[in-house]
Amino acid sequence: MNTVAVALPTRSPVKLLAGLAPIVVLLLAYPWIASQYQAMLLGYGLVMAIAALGFNLLLGYTGLLSFGHSAFFGVGAYAVAMTVKYLGVSSMELFLLSAIVSSILIAALFGVVCVRYTRIFFGILTLALSQVLWSLAFKFFWVTGGTDGLRVPTPTLLGVVTGTGDKIDFIAHYYYYYILATFFACVALMWVIVNSPFGKALQSIRDNETRAEFVGVQVRRHRWVAFLVSGLFTGLAGALWVPLNGLVTPESLHWTFSGKIVFMAVLGGFRAFAGPIVGAVLYTYLEAYAVGNTVYWQFVLGTVLVVLVLSLPTGVMGTAARLLERWRGRAA
Amino acid sequence: MDFFFIHLLNALLSAATLFLIAGGLSLIYGVMRIINLAHGNLYAFGAYVTAWTLGKLLVGAPTPILYLVLPVGAVGAALLGALLEPTLLRPFYRRAEEYQLLVTFGLLMILGDTMHFLWGPYPLSASALWENSGSLMIAGNPYPYYNLVVIGIGGLAAAFLWAFVYKTRFGVVLRATSQNMRMASALGVNVNRIYVLAFTLGCFMAGLGGAIIAPSQSAVLDMGVDALVLSFIVVVIGGLGSLEGALVGALIVGIVREAGITWFPEIELAVLYLMAAIVLLARPAGLFGRATT
Repeated sequence: MNTVAVALPTRSPVKLLAGLAPIVVLLLAYPWIASQYQAMLLGYGLVMAIAALGFNLLLGYTGLLSFGHSAFFGVGAYAVAMTVKYLGVSSMELFLLSAIVSSILIAALFGVVCVRYTRIFFGILTLALSQVLWSLAFKFFWVTGGTDGLRVPTPTLLGVVTGTGDKIDFIAHYYYYYILATFFACVALMWVIVNSPFGKALQSIRDNETRAEFVGVQVRRHRWVAFLVSGLFTGLAGALWVPLNGLVTPESLHWTFSGKIVFMAVLGGFRAFAGPIVGAVLYTYLEAYAVGNTVYWQFVLGTVLVVLVLSLPTGVMGTAARLLERWRGRAA
Repeated sequence: MDFFFIHLLNALLSAATLFLIAGGLSLIYGVMRIINLAHGNLYAFGAYVTAWTLGKLLVGAPTPILYLVLPVGAVGAALLGALLEPTLLRPFYRRAEEYQLLVTFGLLMILGDTMHFLWGPYPLSASALWENSGSLMIAGNPYPYYNLVVIGIGGLAAAFLWAFVYKTRFGVVLRATSQNMRMASALGVNVNRIYVLAFTLGCFMAGLGGAIIAPSQSAVLDMGVDALVLSFIVVVIGGLGSLEGALVGALIVGIVREAGITWFPEIELAVLYLMAAIVLLARPAGLFGRATT
């Protein structure tokens, strides 16, 4: 693990914001400069970025590889579908609330069990527990619709914006900005978390558990809270994803979906804060174009993953940081 | 009583194939400390090779010939394994476990689509062998002879493996390498050779599992992913890296599955996953595993 550490250059907040400004402007302007399809695709990417960001609090900052994050994503998504089916709610804010509450509950429960383990056993245990939820969603078809899943109509945003007109237009504009706002809030929140004393404690656990314990970090409790926060972010992403997809199926709970989230974090580089964000957006485009061009898209993605892990283990962000450093070194 | 007997046979039937897949997974982990996420697809590969050979290449061949050719899937999977270990897995032994999981996850996707490409999206069957084998009557119901053959093969495989690992010179070297790779290497064991042989043997077992299931259940594309998670349950219950554990785990999972299918179909899978989680909580190393550091 220590061989791939990538130091983030420390910059002043003002400089950092100045550097981010063009990206923010691009994200804001995107629905006006790109097609509706492109805006929808980026919306998917940003939703997955929230999930990957949450996931990476465990992998990148705490050193725990979860192969069961589909559990939280799926629980968030199913929470939305259930509130529609059983409570007749259509407000997006209530959707998010139900997803937050249910993913916290599941994460708290799973966390108690999982944080006792690390490394491969943590991975297998998270996988096994997420599969419990998958099999329940799969088998209890009278509750969850089984493999047919549950349909979710267009929600009402902030109590005023309804998608009664053109659904694609709604998704590509109003809903895009709704996602974007939530995305910014999540990124800011995660930035605060990882740079807080709590976030530093997690990194100390990742780097050396024994030493962290010596300096007074309550390892298990910290891991459990990290698990909770991580599950919460991913559950929130699941809820945001539902209106985009219009349908929830057990697929979003299956362990191979967890594999995708892991893939995203590694593609972007799990040792950089922005890595999972970049990875999730890149992955979304990669998958969309692979699926659009060949039935053997899994072959394409699998090859990308293997080549990536073989040649660029620090991901896109890690490699970019290294290249930048080399370039700076040459310039100086 | 006879009713019970049929259920017992069915439980043994699923235990036999599960033992082969999970045993291979466990053997590979035991020696090389790699969790091969693509292992289920090597099982599917074995099923496809056998189904293709028996169902397409040898249509109309007499039954004894079909039986003789049955293990071709195991050989195919073993060859594939012998090819994959030195090329894809060897660069990862010195790296963190995360990367091994990722590279085998990539391999899982690649193998899945390779089979899709080679054999198409539809199930491939080799039912002639299953049909030709006939059936015997148990409690007034016909029970296919072929299922008994599968149970027999599972039992024989378990016996052979036990003898191989505990009674041969190669087994001694294998166990020594799994106990302490550096020490074995210092004593002159060619670790690379042991690794490739262990991986090939593990793949052979998975392929054999696929080969014997192909005549009765056909080869389908997502069989590998489903089998992988079931064999995870087996090795978690039995203990990662232990062959005895894989055998006991396969028997437990086989019995619970059969009971689940009969009496509680809705929560059959959930019960299995929960069992794995509970065993992991009570005995992290599994029933037969030794604690690893």
